[in-house]
Amino acid sequence: MEPENKISPEMAVAEADVRSEESGEVVRGTSLWRDAWRRLLKNKLAVFGLVVVAIVTIASIIGPTVIKSAFGFTPDYIPTNDVRLIRSFPPFTGPNGEFSWAHPMGTDNAGRDQLARVLQGGQISLFVGIISTLVSLIIGVSYGAIAGYVGGRVDNVMMRVVDVLYSLPYVIVVIVLLSMFRSQTPRGQLTLLFIALGSVSWLTMARIVRGQVLSLKNQEFVLAARATGVSGPRIVFRHIVPNTLGPVIVYATLTIPQIMLTEAFLSFLGFGVQAPLASWGSLAADGVQNIAIFPWQLIFPGVTMALTLFSLNFLGDGLRDALDPQMRTT
Amino acid sequence: MFRFIIRRLLITIPTILVVISITWVLIKLAPGNFYSGEKRLPAAIEKSIREKYGLDKPWYQQYGKTMWNIVRHLDFGTSLRFEGQSVNTIIRRSLPVSAAIGILAYLLALIVGVTIGSIAALKQNSRWDYTSMALAMLGISVPNFVLGPILVLIFSLSLYWLPPSRWGGFPSRNLILPVLTLSAIYMAYIARLTRAGMLEVLRSDYIRTARAKGLSEKDVLIKHALRGGLMPVISYTGPALAFLLTGTVVVERIFALPGLGNYFIQASLNRDEPLIIGIVAFISITLLFMNLLVDIAYAYLDPRVRYH
Amino acid sequence: MSANGALLEVRNLRTYFDTEDGVVKAVDDVSFQLQRGETLGIVGESGSGKSVTNLSIIRLVQEPPGKIVSGEVLFKGEDILLLRPAAVRRIRGRRIAMIFQDPMTSLNPFMKISRQLMEMTQLHLGHTKGQAYEHAIRMLETVGIPDARTRADSYPHEFSGGMRQRVMIAMALSCEPELLIADEPTTALDVTIQAQILELIKKLKQETGTSVILITHDLGVVAGMTDHVLVMYAGKIFEQAKTTELFARPGNPYTKGLLRSVPDPTAEQGKLYQIPGLPPDVAHLKPGCPFAERCDRVEEICRREFPPFVELTTDHHSLCHFAHEVYGG
Repeated sequence: MEPENKISPEMAVAEADVRSEESGEVVRGTSLWRDAWRRLLKNKLAVFGLVVVAIVTIASIIGPTVIKSAFGFTPDYIPTNDVRLIRSFPPFTGPNGEFSWAHPMGTDNAGRDQLARVLQGGQISLFVGIISTLVSLIIGVSYGAIAGYVGGRVDNVMMRVVDVLYSLPYVIVVIVLLSMFRSQTPRGQLTLLFIALGSVSWLTMARIVRGQVLSLKNQEFVLAARATGVSGPRIVFRHIVPNTLGPVIVYATLTIPQIMLTEAFLSFLGFGVQAPLASWGSLAADGVQNIAIFPWQLIFPGVTMALTLFSLNFLGDGLRDALDPQMRTT
Repeated sequence: MFRFIIRRLLITIPTILVVISITWVLIKLAPGNFYSGEKRLPAAIEKSIREKYGLDKPWYQQYGKTMWNIVRHLDFGTSLRFEGQSVNTIIRRSLPVSAAIGILAYLLALIVGVTIGSIAALKQNSRWDYTSMALAMLGISVPNFVLGPILVLIFSLSLYWLPPSRWGGFPSRNLILPVLTLSAIYMAYIARLTRAGMLEVLRSDYIRTARAKGLSEKDVLIKHALRGGLMPVISYTGPALAFLLTGTVVVERIFALPGLGNYFIQASLNRDEPLIIGIVAFISITLLFMNLLVDIAYAYLDPRVRYH
Repeated sequence: MSANGALLEVRNLRTYFDTEDGVVKAVDDVSFQLQRGETLGIVGESGSGKSVTNLSIIRLVQEPPGKIVSGEVLFKGEDILLLRPAAVRRIRGRRIAMIFQDPMTSLNPFMKISRQLMEMTQLHLGHTKGQAYEHAIRMLETVGIPDARTRADSYPHEFSGGMRQRVMIAMALSCEPELLIADEPTTALDVTIQAQILELIKKLKQETGTSVILITHDLGVVAGMTDHVLVMYAGKIFEQAKTTELFARPGNPYTKGLLRSVPDPTAEQGKLYQIPGLPPDVAHLKPGCPFAERCDRVEEICRREFPPFVELTTDHHSLCHFAHEVYGG
């Protein structure tokens, strides 16, 4: 970090705080984030969200391994020793209808452990959500920052394009894209999914960043940087963009559940994640087939997913209230 | 106002052509076609069919012909999968199904969402406020493909109150579950938006003026606050419609309804090119015009925008 | 009750706000009287509690976070704070009307001017639509809106700030209230418009005999308009006196500071005086005088003990340990 970079955030804070002369500038800069964190911890629902998201994430990562060492089966393990046993067991039920800890969420039609599959599905769902959000973040922040910083006619055209894209049925286009370019490998399909989801989810981010940049670019620290001869792109990405961090983090947090929902929707329809990979959406799609006889096949992946999205949404809302009380309206 | 509409139409029409072109390009760029895959035909037959549909021509002739037919006659050609049926016929047949559940779902969402959101705003930080907002968050977080089957499980398969699926005409009891499933998420969004909009308006100076006039709380709410408070809901209607279309896709799938969405999924899975292009074009046109309507409504409702 | 025949008597009013930072005592033990036909000025910096005092009078304080903790607001001998909400609503607009600071946001942007005026008389005077419309136009003419008939059906955003404030005044006076509370009616306006609006209020007051409470942070405004003045600071009344007396012989260092910071057009050019420091954080008041930190004659006792409310004459009180000394010289 260059010294000039260190000026900007504190100057931005100084703008907002009349009494900043009395306290040290650096102290105020850090306490902005500390204040936000304190406010977040006061918000019970946000803390609930944070805890659940953390638990689900950790369980998804280490869960399948733990199950393997505890019970000796992987998410793909199919007990083939007796064909008659291959049917869906209800939760906490063993092969002969007795109580058993082995399958707390029951099994699917092939006898595979649902808990292990839900946790592994969580890996994919969270992974897709996070990576696609990153893709949309990169596109949205760059697009918005450039439009806002360059301004004038360029800004006008760029934002018109966003307006037009907003009114398109993008999920429909994504379905066409995914169905036409259906990859032969699950990994390829996953990559296609990242690109497709990321490239349609950046619009709001671009609008937010542009608005921020517009209001920031005429502030003193930017003028100061410009006066000392810092180049345009450098001003945008080293001075302005770091100051839009608050709203960007908030919106990114709210984008993750949206993308996860879209992914699940696509997988449910058969355009998303392909077997042998599974996400919550594709597990739910499998479960729907047997809803009348084996309801747990839908309920467990569905409820896990809903709980996770619920928590992510509360966390995002809490972050928004904590970082910028004025953003509450939308 | 009039100029505004004309200007928007001038943007809308090229946009639709761009969407159709993008879809066309995607389809043509993708490897394979309708006849690759399971439905492999003897070479001679395939050749004659390709000639019949003009698929043997160079790409620019195909593109030109497709676009010309669309622009000139709004003719999207004949479906490959449903032989002998024109795309227009299929759309005309399936549209009422999608429109019925879509419109009913949005109306239901508006009525319930605005009511719940207003009450939550008036009783901010009360138990009612927290409960309804937690429920709204749940509505946003539960995917409709989970909600739908669970509703079926409860009301059809356990309680035997309602039929689980199939199109039963309009109106019919068969509509209840699909409409509820589709409506839930909009209800939730609209309740949240209404609450946020109303809270902002209720804090504003002109509401204080209205109270200082001696108006009752009911009059303050209905005559003064509601209009401003609902503006966010009006602007949300545009994106909501786009969203609604994707929602109908899932709901039609779950409840086996012969709507546009279901046809679209089948067309995509089968690479039924004319049908894909036709439905994409139709949906885009609908959406863009709906957005135009929303903008006009917005301008009509907010005098500050109107005179700009 | 009000044996002296006061139109309004506020006794020991306390309005507190519950905030994240703690309890803010926005109005803390405020008492004053307003005689019929009189104009009372309430002066103070922002956050001094002057607006909350007046919102409390017609119970418009947002609850929560605000709460009128105790006190009496006797309007012609009747305690408004004890009335049922419906009875309070019959007083609002009809007998006590308010004008707010920002005419840009105080009118409903979605409603025609005419309808916003008509609402008043339809509600309180039982006017029919036609009567109310004619009355609205008469009121708009009274407050000096040119072409009132053609402009009545405009929306607020089509009016300038000064015009909107005239509309607010027309609205406030349309039921001939006994008391008009004007909360910084000119703060948001240009200087030339300010004078016009004040002149208008003064003129209408003389014509109708309405009593007025004029809230302002500008002592200059108070001078030509009011009979009595209250000076508020940190939720307390710091000084109260007849206007002429207050300007001639202030009995409080804070008032003195305010008077010194009014620009004097006759003086040679020089630096305008400014009271040093900022108003205190009302949520965390220290014991002692809330003004002590900024006072130029602060002594040790000021930081330790809360000052007494000293009676200088029967009509002149000051909240200061050294009120007599300040008053005397």
